[in-house]
Amino acid sequence: MSAANETVLEVRGVTKAFGERQVLRGIDLDVREHEAIALIGASGSGKSTLLRCIDLLEDIDDGDVFLDGEVITDPGVDPVGVRRRLALVFQAYNLFPHLSALQNVVLGEMRAHGASRAQAEQRGRKLLARFGLAGREDDRPDNLSGGQQQRVAIARAFAGRPRALLLDEVTSALDPELVGEVLEAVRDLKRDGMTMLIATHEMSFAREVADQVAFLHEGRILEQGPPEQVLEAPQQDETKRFLARLLRAGR
Amino acid sequence: MPSDRRLEREAAKRRRHRRGQAIAGISSIVVIGGLAALILTSPGWPEVRETFFNWEVFKESFPDVLKAFWLDVKIFLVAEVAILVVGLVVALVRIARSPAMFPMRLLSVVFVDLFRGIPTILLVFLVGFGVPALQLEGPLEWVPTDPVILGAFALVLSYSAYVAEVYRAGIRSVHRGQRDAALAVGLTESQAMRHVILPQAVRRVAPPLLNDFVALQKDVALISILGPLEAFREAQIIEALNFNFTPLVAAALLYLAVTVPTARIVDRMGGPEGAVR
Repeated sequence: MSAANETVLEVRGVTKAFGERQVLRGIDLDVREHEAIALIGASGSGKSTLLRCIDLLEDIDDGDVFLDGEVITDPGVDPVGVRRRLALVFQAYNLFPHLSALQNVVLGEMRAHGASRAQAEQRGRKLLARFGLAGREDDRPDNLSGGQQQRVAIARAFAGRPRALLLDEVTSALDPELVGEVLEAVRDLKRDGMTMLIATHEMSFAREVADQVAFLHEGRILEQGPPEQVLEAPQQDETKRFLARLLRAGR
Repeated sequence: MPSDRRLEREAAKRRRHRRGQAIAGISSIVVIGGLAALILTSPGWPEVRETFFNWEVFKESFPDVLKAFWLDVKIFLVAEVAILVVGLVVALVRIARSPAMFPMRLLSVVFVDLFRGIPTILLVFLVGFGVPALQLEGPLEWVPTDPVILGAFALVLSYSAYVAEVYRAGIRSVHRGQRDAALAVGLTESQAMRHVILPQAVRRVAPPLLNDFVALQKDVALISILGPLEAFREAQIIEALNFNFTPLVAAALLYLAVTVPTARIVDRMGGPEGAVR
């Protein structure tokens, strides 16, 4: 299905170092419209850094990232305008603790996208309801479970009508019994045709929801392909070792 | 019907509570009574009671000291508002990243170092006597020479330097992820500061800010060295007329009447462990 769709995100030769530590060593990756790509790999393999670089929360050292064919990583590009077309969901939710669930969802729409309060709130309520949070609009993040907080964060990310959604291990901070409800929210977005780049440790979820799986190892994509290929018949030794380790850990 | 085990536990808890109260009561009586006895039996006590705690002098001087205290109240209220604003501006300038702000950033560092480093009383003195001595004319003619205004201005300089650092600590204490999240939803840096970081920072530093407010409430007395008739000054004058220090005690009570309630508010904000129970 994906071949016919136009490319939303295009990552070309991206490198990034933090001081001496080389985190990304030349990443190439295409994300087409309505496509979900799962990024897998050990902790420290560069998954989060790649997502943060795409959302311009980190400057890249070399290479380029294109959004809808336009380069977004040139120094002259206004990062605010780019971030308004993308959305990032964080591992630790990063909800605004001083704001209610609804206020969290509408802040960006009102301040970044110029929606009126009434408009934004009407849509925000609908979004919260869609992710199973009807009735929790006025709750502070403190009063919500981890799974509920992460669903608020997903609603907040989705509220800006992003061209692509970047998900950074959105279930890693959750108790096991709360993982399912968050994955259901992501499935819902996938059914809706949202273009997504998903860093994840949940292999079964990657298999189910992703069109492509990319295996990151020490800042490079070692292997990429359909989930059944990468996860069941990996070609690279590193991928095999990684998957075997996960299997032993019971994932 | 509660079980015997539970009744037993509750009875033990009650016994422990009663014993705790008894111990607190006895130790309070011993400590406070001991201190009182020590003071009341000291050879100088009759003299001290006459010169510091003379009820007649107190009754007579209190209305005048109270009237003068209104000036203190006015000064610290106005100064506090100015301090909260100036302190915030200095803090924000200091953390601004834009290269165009470099000279302002430098100035804010100098501002904090300078006005936090000079003793407040010296600052009051320098501003209060130095500015009028300049005999400013022309475009600077508007600069006031009123000691009340200059004294308050000196306090604003001194306290803004402290308060700026309190704000800055608060801003730095907000987790980096908050800024990331604010930028990720499409806010600009300044929107992120205004809608996400500052509201959290200010909530967090409200207790230390109020604490500085308590300190300011009493430091207003420093303005007396410039001559304005605030409570301390008024009390000193009455004291000099009667050779009796009771008016100063009256002034002290008035300062306490504003600082203690503020301190209790600080306690309450810090959670129950700060409060005396």
